[in-house]
This record gives sequence, C-alpha cells and structure tokens, in this order.
Amino acid sequence: MPPSATPPRRDAADSTAVAITLTVNGREHRLEVEPWTTLLDLLRERLGLTGTKKGCDHGQCGACTVLADGVRINACLALAVTRDGAAVTTIEGVAAADGTLHPLQAAFIAHDALQCGYCTPGQICSALGLLTEGHARDADDIRELMSGNICRCGAYQNIVAAVLDVARTERAETAA
Amino acid sequence: MNRFTYVRPVTVADAVAAKAGAPAGRFIAGGTNLVDLMKSDVERPPRLIDIGRVPGMDAVTALPDGGLRIGALVTNARVAYDRQIAAAYPLLAEAILAGASAQLRNAATTGGNLLQRTRCHYFYDPSMPCNKRTRGAGCAAIGGVTRMHAILGASEHCIATHPSDMCVALAALEAVVQVSGPHGARAIPMAEFHRLPGDRPDLDTTLGADEMVTSVDLPAARFTTHTAYMKLRDRASYAFAIVSVAAALRLRDGRIEEARLALGGVAQKPWRRPEAEEALRGRAPDEATFDRAADILLDGARGQGDNDFKIGLARAVLLRALAQAAAGGSDAQGGHARA
Ligand SMILES: Cc1cc2nc3c(=O)[nH]c(=O)nc-3n(C[C@H](O)[C@H](O)[C@H](O)COP(=O)(O)OP(=O)(O)OC[C@H]3O[C@@H](n4cnc5c(N)ncnc54)[C@H](O)[C@@H]3O)c2cc1C
Ligand code: SF4
Ligand code: FES
Ligand code: FES
Repeated sequence: MPPSATPPRRDAADSTAVAITLTVNGREHRLEVEPWTTLLDLLRERLGLTGTKKGCDHGQCGACTVLADGVRINACLALAVTRDGAAVTTIEGVAAADGTLHPLQAAFIAHDALQCGYCTPGQICSALGLLTEGHARDADDIRELMSGNICRCGAYQNIVAAVLDVARTERAETAA
Repeated sequence: MNRFTYVRPVTVADAVAAKAGAPAGRFIAGGTNLVDLMKSDVERPPRLIDIGRVPGMDAVTALPDGGLRIGALVTNARVAYDRQIAAAYPLLAEAILAGASAQLRNAATTGGNLLQRTRCHYFYDPSMPCNKRTRGAGCAAIGGVTRMHAILGASEHCIATHPSDMCVALAALEAVVQVSGPHGARAIPMAEFHRLPGDRPDLDTTLGADEMVTSVDLPAARFTTHTAYMKLRDRASYAFAIVSVAAALRLRDGRIEEARLALGGVAQKPWRRPEAEEALRGRAPDEATFDRAADILLDGARGQGDNDFKIGLARAVLLRALAQAAAGGSDAQGGHARA
C-alpha cells in the first residue's frame, strides 16, 4: 500500500465517481473514475495506453503487469481508486524520451525473447520490478520470480536468457 | 462487477464504524482476492471500505515478549523479505514465497491473505449450487470434480480447502490474530481463527462481521534452524497447494525436544493435531517416529474420489518435510521455496 502523509478522507455521501490523481509515465492525470474501474481498464480505455495487455483479467497470467511506485503488480486486480496518488510505469514509459530502448527491451530483441509479443509488455515490466527487488541470483531464481508471467508461445528460455543478461550486466556495473 | 460505493476511512475506528454501517460491505486491502471474486459475481458488496491508508498497520515491529507484530497491511512480499522474519521465522518467509507470484505478493496483504476465500471451482461459479456462497443451496463439489478438495475436517455441507500457504506457517508458529470491532479489540489464536465447515460453511473464520484484523503477532521465535515448508502443486510455481506441510522442530542431543506440524491444502483450515506433535517429543528424529506422527495427524482422512491420492501424498510430503527439517531446514538443501 502506498503510504501517504495526509490521507485524503472520502465520505459515503460522495457521488459514485471518485476524483483521483495518477502520474503515468511521468505525466500527471487528474481523473474522475467509477470505483469499479480497474487500473488496467483505466490505462487502456481512458488513457489510451494499450501496451499493457489484458490476458485473463483474473491475476493468472501477468500480461497486465505494471509498476506502481516502482513495484510490479497485476493491474487487472487493482481498483484504480485504491491507487490514488501512485506513480505508474507502463511499457510505454520504459524507453527513454528520445526513443532509446531500455537495456531490457534491447535484450529481449537480442535474445529473440518473444513470438507473438502479447505477453512481452508484462514480461518487461515484471523483469524491471524483479531487477529492483534484487532477489534473483541465477536462472533458477529468475524462472521462479518471473513465474507470474505466462507466455503462451513458450518463449521462456529466451526470456530467462534476456533477463539474466541484464541482471548480470547490472551486477557487474554495481561491482565495478 | 456490481456497482458499489467507495469509502476510504483513515482510522481503525472509522473503518470499523463504516463496516457496522454497511454489514454487507467489504474491506478491501490488496484487492487480489476480492476484486477477482467480484469480477466473477461471487462477491457483490454494496460498499467497499478501502483500509489501505489506515495508519499504524503497515509495519513489522518488535513486541515486548520478544515476538514480532506484523501489521495487517504489510504486504506478503515485505513479510517474506523482512530481515527479522527471514532470520527468526524462516518457515513463514518460505511459505509465503511458495505462494502466488511476485506481482501478487507485492499487492497481497497479511490481513487479506488470512481472509482469502477457497479456490473451490464450484464456489467460483455462481451457476453452481454452493453452501459457502448461499446457505442451504447444496454443494456441487460433493460427487463432482474433487481433485483440490479436503480429506480432513470436511462435512456433508462443504468439502472445500483453505488455499493459503502463509496461514499454514502461521498455524505451526502459533501466531495470534489481533482484531478490532465496535466493542474493542481481542486476540484470536491461529488455531481458532479459521473454522471447519460443519453446517455453516458460509463462515470461513471466527472473525465477527463487524470486526477487522489489525495485526498478526508472532510469539518469540523458538523454531529457527530446523524448519521446512514443502508444497506440492500441479506445476513448479504459481499454483495453489495440492498438499503442503509446515514442519518445525527443536532438537537437543539427538532428540526432538519440541515439534509443530501443520498441513495445507487438505482442510478448510491449516490442519494441526497437538497429539501428533506430542508423539514426536523426546524421540529420535527417525522415520519410525515420523511415521507415528503422520498416523496421528492423518487419522480419519477420507478422500472424495478424485482426491483419494492426497492421503498417501500428504503422508509422503509429511515424512519428507520432517526429514528436511531435522537435517537443518531448506537452507541445508540449498533451496528457497522452489519445492
Ligand atoms: C492467480 C492467483 C494465485 C494465487 N496463488 C496463491 C498461492 O499459491 N498461495 C496463497 O497462499 N495464495 C495465493 N493467492 C491468493 C493471494 O495470496 C490472496 O489473494 C491475497 O493474500 C489476498 O490479500 P489481499 O490483501 O489482496 O486481500 P483482498 O482481496 O483485499 O481481501 C481479501 C478478503 O479479506 C478481507 N480483508 C482484507 N484485509 C482485511 C482486514 N485487515 N480485516 C478484515 N478483513 C480483511 C476482504 O474484505 C476480503 O474479503 C493467489 C491469488 C491469485 C489471484
Ligand atoms: S465444497 Fe464448499 S465451497 Fe465448494 S461447492 Fe461445496 S459448499 Fe461450495
Ligand atoms: S490480465 Fe492481469 S494477470 Fe492476466
Ligand atoms: S510471446 Fe506470445 S505469449 Fe509470450
């Protein structure tokens, strides 16, 4: 749960729509949302950010993975209202502003870590979260800690290779 | 999803009052179970009470008796990777990491994990009769597909299992659930928190409809070196337990001084029997001793057809988990939550 210094109070008397603020890929949005809107539907349907995919809509596939305040979550199981105030990163916000790919994106291409590509935005956001968490030491760890992202095309071998590649480079850089 | 109103209380008292004012409403924390159930029309609360910003419930703190208090809002990931917990209660960290996925653990909270509902497929399908969803409707699982269902403590009204991994470890560690209601606070030991179905399968726990969980308290650590959480499932990760075991031993001079055992995936609550733990006390940690404990723990186990295999499986996993715990726990095997 994102801690907030002065938690805003909401009363039952409010109309059903709720005013929230979300910073998405660095841009602040003030929005009125119905409380049953998921973060996934908000991103795709309201903000037009269709890079984040809807696979199962039940937390079972990881296609909807985004970073909320730097932490990877399933956007399909998060009601947007509960994330009021959060900074969200979607796949559209992963590359640099000038279009330079993030090393993970480059590694996915270099390792041919996709076939149809439907799971890829979720895989990449999930791997970003994994790298920040810092608990993956080897390929087995990556397999276990990326298990929340299903790939119907079965590109797992190359996905693990791509993530491992970036994890090793990052570790070498921190060590240097 | 049904339409509902949304409130965001900022104190425990406000949250409890909001629930009292809307008895059919639901608290929402991480939302990973509730939102899923609402999408399936299994839950249709007229009001959601978002407790995510109630202060004072999102930390792991030391208790005067040497134990630890885990606030109800602390995420499963934070508990599993908390240094104090990893050091003193590795069984709990291991059990949490054996559940769900990294993304889900980042959102799921301690309170929500305790109160997650069964994964019985019929419960999830509103077109099927289910006593847990609707009192007196009947149970579609009995005589149906029962691979995931209970072998212990079931009733003629419900044969569901509780799906949590975390709770199996909390039961073995004899954690205490702290709750608050309109009439004040009280403490519920883990052994009494979840209910067997009996003739009220609609009631999963002994928590009052007007109460909320504020923390889970761990007693001062007594099982740190010889523990093991072992989980068997249909794939290596990201699947609910078919059977899981939390085993905790204290060894002294080659004998078992004290033991705790709990089974997951076999009943509507983490399955413990103090007699099985008593049977281990004072004995050498060998197979004959473990066998005797398994006999007691699994006494009365009954399959439903598809899940008959769970009885033998539970025994096998129990023996392996005990052997692993006696050998010095999972770390001795070089693994972490990969079983
Ligand atoms: C695909 C998938 C796989 C999973 N696999 C596993 C697994 O292998 N092992 C496992 O253990 N779990 C698994 N889970 C379940 C997951 O652990 C739970 O969904 C999670 O722990 C629920 O926590 P939450 O904070 O999101 O709860 P919510 O969804 O917010 O709430 C769940 C329930 O608890 C109530 N509640 C929440 N907080 C409180 C409180 N403080 N006081 C009173 N009531 C409260 C809510 O009203 C609601 O009824 C899986 C889930 C999914 C979707
Ligand atoms: S086993 Fe329990 S939860 Fe499943 S259908 Fe029967 S009553 Fe419902
Ligand atoms: S769409 Fe969210 S996990 Fe599948
Ligand atoms: S590349 Fe097709 S689902 Fe993963």
